[in-house]
Amino acid sequence: MNKTGYISQAWLVILLAFLFGGALAGVQRTLGPRIAENQRNETYDVIPSIVPGADKSQTVELTVDISGGKQHRVYEAIGADGQRMGWVIPTHGPGFADEIRLLIGLDREATIIMGIYVLDQKETPGLGALITAQPFCEDFKHIPTNRTLEVVTTEPTAANQIEALTGATISSQSVAGIVNSAVKELKEPLQHLNQSLKN
Amino acid sequence: MIKDEPTAAERLIAGILPENPIYRQLLGMCPTLAVTGAMEPAMTMAVATGFVLLCANVMVSLIRGLLRPHLRILVFTLTIATFVTITDRVLAAYLYQMSKELGPYVPLIIVNCLIISRCEICASKQSVGVAVADAVGMSLGFALALASLATVREVLGFGTWFGLRVMPESWPAWGIMALPPGAFLTLGLLLGLVEWFGLRKRESSEA
Repeated sequence: MNKTGYISQAWLVILLAFLFGGALAGVQRTLGPRIAENQRNETYDVIPSIVPGADKSQTVELTVDISGGKQHRVYEAIGADGQRMGWVIPTHGPGFADEIRLLIGLDREATIIMGIYVLDQKETPGLGALITAQPFCEDFKHIPTNRTLEVVTTEPTAANQIEALTGATISSQSVAGIVNSAVKELKEPLQHLNQSLKN
Repeated sequence: MIKDEPTAAERLIAGILPENPIYRQLLGMCPTLAVTGAMEPAMTMAVATGFVLLCANVMVSLIRGLLRPHLRILVFTLTIATFVTITDRVLAAYLYQMSKELGPYVPLIIVNCLIISRCEICASKQSVGVAVADAVGMSLGFALALASLATVREVLGFGTWFGLRVMPESWPAWGIMALPPGAFLTLGLLLGLVEWFGLRKRESSEA
């Protein structure tokens, strides 16, 4: 079949794709800010649970310079007494089914992971979706940032090891990979920021 | 309209009970089992599915004269995916917590066979009026089935209905009803019950 033949066959599909694409762009443009606001509110609500002692009303949103001339949004978690309690990194990466969006809590020196929270995921219900459950997220608590996280399918034997969820090794590895990338990228910039804010 | 095709009224009525998508056709089992632990998520899912079904049926019916037989499934999927994405974004904007609670089950409406089957069986062959009646009937049938399952599970599992306490405080909540086995048990029992009633009705009409 020549090109004209293909287009005459598929013109409706092409036209609908443009129409629907436009409609979806319009919906996203209209609702996007509201959804972002909902996600920001949720972030502020969970910050005290991933950085103990933080007060959500004191938390400040900052932009940090990272390698490659890029910038990354972070939250400075501040306690009710005005003391810096740590940092929260919003990040994302590919999961098994779709993108996984995470919050990673670090201590003020960015040397220890204080906790993680899964903001959004579309992993397999009952398997990969368990990355949102407390037992899995608890495994990340108090792990030093000087070693790369490693996902194991047996009982963890080292501080940097995370036990994979049964039937969801890829989802578990995805979360660990996203945390590793974010920590690698932001650890030093946050340590510098911590020092400069101290001074 | 083809002479033998059902009328709008027949389509509307058929969807509610005689051809109920869950109890008679066993379609849309994924949300049926997954979100019926309580009434609120079940009804949100019913409304979301109903909206997508209505929009997809109207759209497909409007363009039915332009559909090429070998490309029709592609057009159905494209149409359904668009309306599912719109529904997903609206839920995330206005019912954020519910959107999170339903998680991947909203995007999974795309693969709900109920919707694509109605596009194929009705909307691609009949007028917009009939397609609307069909979508409304099927949506009501779907909502009715989800509500029946969610009612049993929430009342027995938590002692509540729409979050309001309906059982005495002393009710020992049957935790299993809120869990996946409770969904299978309830669906199996209600399917058996509906089938039993159907059999009795057929027997009495034959007698």
